[in-house]
Amino acid sequence: MKSKSLVSITDFTKEEYIKILDLAEEFEKNPNQKLLEGFVVATLFFEPSTRTRLSFESAINRLGGRVIGFTEAGTSSVSKGETLKDTIMTVANYSDLIVMRNPIEGSARFASEVSRVPIINAGDGANQHPTQTLLDLYSIRKTQGTLNNLNIVMVGDLKYGRTVHSLLMALTHFNPTFTFISPAELRMPMEYKLYLDKLGIKYNEQTDLAEYIKHADIVYMTRVQKERFSDPIEYEKVKNAYILKNKMLDGSKDNMRVLHPLPRVNEINEDVDPNPKAYYFTQALNGVYTRMAIMCYILGLKK
Amino acid sequence: MKKQKQLSVSAIENGTVIDHIPAHSLFNVINILGLDNYTNQITFGTNLDSKLLGKKAIVKIADKYFENADINKISLVAPSAKLNIIKGYEVVEKKEVELPQMVEGIIRCVNPKCITNNDRVKQKFTIESKEEVSLRCHYCEKITDQGHFEFV
Repeated sequence: MKSKSLVSITDFTKEEYIKILDLAEEFEKNPNQKLLEGFVVATLFFEPSTRTRLSFESAINRLGGRVIGFTEAGTSSVSKGETLKDTIMTVANYSDLIVMRNPIEGSARFASEVSRVPIINAGDGANQHPTQTLLDLYSIRKTQGTLNNLNIVMVGDLKYGRTVHSLLMALTHFNPTFTFISPAELRMPMEYKLYLDKLGIKYNEQTDLAEYIKHADIVYMTRVQKERFSDPIEYEKVKNAYILKNKMLDGSKDNMRVLHPLPRVNEINEDVDPNPKAYYFTQALNGVYTRMAIMCYILGLKK
Repeated sequence: MKKQKQLSVSAIENGTVIDHIPAHSLFNVINILGLDNYTNQITFGTNLDSKLLGKKAIVKIADKYFENADINKISLVAPSAKLNIIKGYEVVEKKEVELPQMVEGIIRCVNPKCITNNDRVKQKFTIESKEEVSLRCHYCEKITDQGHFEFV
């Protein structure tokens, strides 16, 4: 029987997430366990992504597995017009697990239904990116010692930010308090706020970044993109309001950490990097351990 | 003057009557059920007065009885439709349509970046809200609401 795929953040239960985080912790202590020896993992990246792809490939290599795949659609038969179904069914014959990033939304769900091997969604357009969420959860748990009752400040593009939506959904299991800091045009969409209301989870919306850092346990930064604004003048007005500078971290809690899914452009000033509270690069490293855990869990190699 | 209570569409001996279709949805109902491919006798009337809907349409299909799964699809466009099952000119059963758990095909996903709009994948939706008749795409997870229904 085929093992379960990981397509959306809602596919796994809270208990399963905690299990995966526990496994990731084991892998962090001992990364070079050869659990994937004899396994072939296909990384199908229909659009480029250096960080996620290399993170997965590092994880696979450290576990003793082998990687096959492609890094953009132009180098595969997709450019000849092959359907996704045919591509997936073919690659499933060559591998034990498929990790896919595809700009078309819903592609990972569909792939999981036609593939005879499990699918890990490495990002389907603006829809889901569950492995990012898991590594974010791992980072939060590691730095805070817990996932429960935290003060989470989310900054930047909260309207289109796939990572903040997904992280919000995952954190609802752990009784957080949210502060959303964004330009008016990029506020957290109503559907998420209604969901929080339904669960009785407190949140507030603000526009002043410096003011609200003081109470935060986690500050999760995202990039405000010019392309997202219908009015470019509006973008020009707000583009600098959501930049994190080192001075702004004065007076913040000792346990506070700054997270960012990366790549960053200018929203975290480089003067923040030496600050011990800057956690974003370690966050990316946690991606390797988390992805090891996800793959081993899905393949039933670790329970 | 006695108010006209008789429907302007004649009775059928055996078959199914679909009543209380909003007048503007008549042709969507016909398309959803594929009635244009039927060889049965079909009569319909539209823009008939209705207390419930203002203007309604009614379709009578002779010698045809529908499975619930098939007839429930019309609830997307005619949520208050009423079915009368006719045998020997008598109404032997009255049914209401209800939104199915899952809708396959019929409606296009509103998201242009959805795989159903970019590859050979049939649309599939779960019901997001019965009251608002909104659908959540099984693949891209976006919501297509009644105001944006486009029939495939």
